[in-house]
Amino acid sequence: MQFQFANQGLAWSDAYFLAQGLLNTVRLAAAATLVGTLAGIVLGWLRTVSVTVRIATAPFIDILRSVPMIIQLILANSLLSILGFGASPFWFGTVALGAWMSAVTAEVVRAGLLSVPAQYRRSARSLGMNGYQELLYISMPLAFRTALAPWIGLVLSLIKDSALAGVVGYIEYMRSTQILITRTHETWLLLMGAGLFYFLICYPVSRYSRHLERKVRV
Amino acid sequence: MIRISNVQKAFGSVIVLKGIDLTVEKGELVCLIGASGSGKSTLLQCINGLEPIQGGEILVDGISVHDPKTDINKLRCKLGIVFQQYNAFPHLTALENVALAPRVVAKRSRAEARALAQKHLEHVGLGDKGDSLPSQLSGGQQQRLAIARALAMEPSYMLFDEVTSALDPELVGEVLETMRLLKSEGMTMVVVTHDINFARESADRVAFLCQGEVCEIGTAEEVIDHPRKEQTQKFLRRENRKPLEIVRSSVA
Repeated sequence: MQFQFANQGLAWSDAYFLAQGLLNTVRLAAAATLVGTLAGIVLGWLRTVSVTVRIATAPFIDILRSVPMIIQLILANSLLSILGFGASPFWFGTVALGAWMSAVTAEVVRAGLLSVPAQYRRSARSLGMNGYQELLYISMPLAFRTALAPWIGLVLSLIKDSALAGVVGYIEYMRSTQILITRTHETWLLLMGAGLFYFLICYPVSRYSRHLERKVRV
Repeated sequence: MIRISNVQKAFGSVIVLKGIDLTVEKGELVCLIGASGSGKSTLLQCINGLEPIQGGEILVDGISVHDPKTDINKLRCKLGIVFQQYNAFPHLTALENVALAPRVVAKRSRAEARALAQKHLEHVGLGDKGDSLPSQLSGGQQQRLAIARALAMEPSYMLFDEVTSALDPELVGEVLETMRLLKSEGMTMVVVTHDINFARESADRVAFLCQGEVCEIGTAEEVIDHPRKEQTQKFLRRENRKPLEIVRSSVA
């Protein structure tokens, strides 16, 4: 006689399990976006104003941008465990995804700031604004307009990459889907469902960004 | 009073200003004329400290512009400058463009800054354009907006850097009109221009710059109508040739 699981089919309680995974995905993506964006803005700005910072941070940026997310996650997890950080999988995921987000956001911010024509900065300074006032009232708003669309692209990437956070033991949406697939073998149905929900998270973000881009277009 | 003494300026190994001496008295309009590359614009940008200098000194009301101890941002409030490219901030409306510096630099309240901005927009004839973005304004209007923006800091001196050079010919008049208006109100102005006619009719004094030096300086009548130096005569002959004549001579 073949071995069988006690309840193999999909049950309503599984919907609750999936919803929890979905919520975890949103939480992880939101936390990593927030952390990564704030760090990325500071890093990107520092990289435009200081050559030393630019050279010193180049390896960080290049490595994070070029190594596949899944490898980064596994390495970060092992490293942090070896170092004895007993943090939760949520924080491991946030740190790994946030670090990647900060590196890629930094480059978008830097490109945005560099795209501000020097003549506007000169005009602002000629009116008596100091460097910070110029940054706050002229460079940042203008850079924001250039950087918005690429930054939204990064957020969408991050949401999808968060599906890899399962490897550090975080039960996000993809992981919970995989667990159910293992038990029920309903591969098609569950993956289609997962794809649909990722779409439902990402699509409003991209719609909203298009709306925002139209609103701030110069 | 702006006192420029023995100012030297180089971009790398290229020497642009070779010891300029020039004094601009209160209420005076001084035009700087000269060929492209003679250092006129550079001199203007040295006056409000946008460009560092390698030697000499520029004193504005007795304060040294390039002294590291000088609060340059405070000094710049006295020195309005208008550029060839109008440089109106593209993300702000006309009113916000003018109100920004009074609010964040002069620390006026929002309402006060807006009222001040409206006053200066009306002054340059843009009273009804407050809500327009720069992209919705013509070149001449953008340049007048830039003048209003500089005036809103209530400067004692206005510097004009070839403000009509980038404009379509039919838009030049409105900008020159605004400058004449300022002149009639007694504003002290330093004007870099290629417009010899404007220099002749409006300038109290004209300085002809040639290869980084003040070659000739005097009243418009002296410098433009009766130039003594050979370089000045040569420059004015070239400038006075009508565009049509240049076309004819190159075709013939």
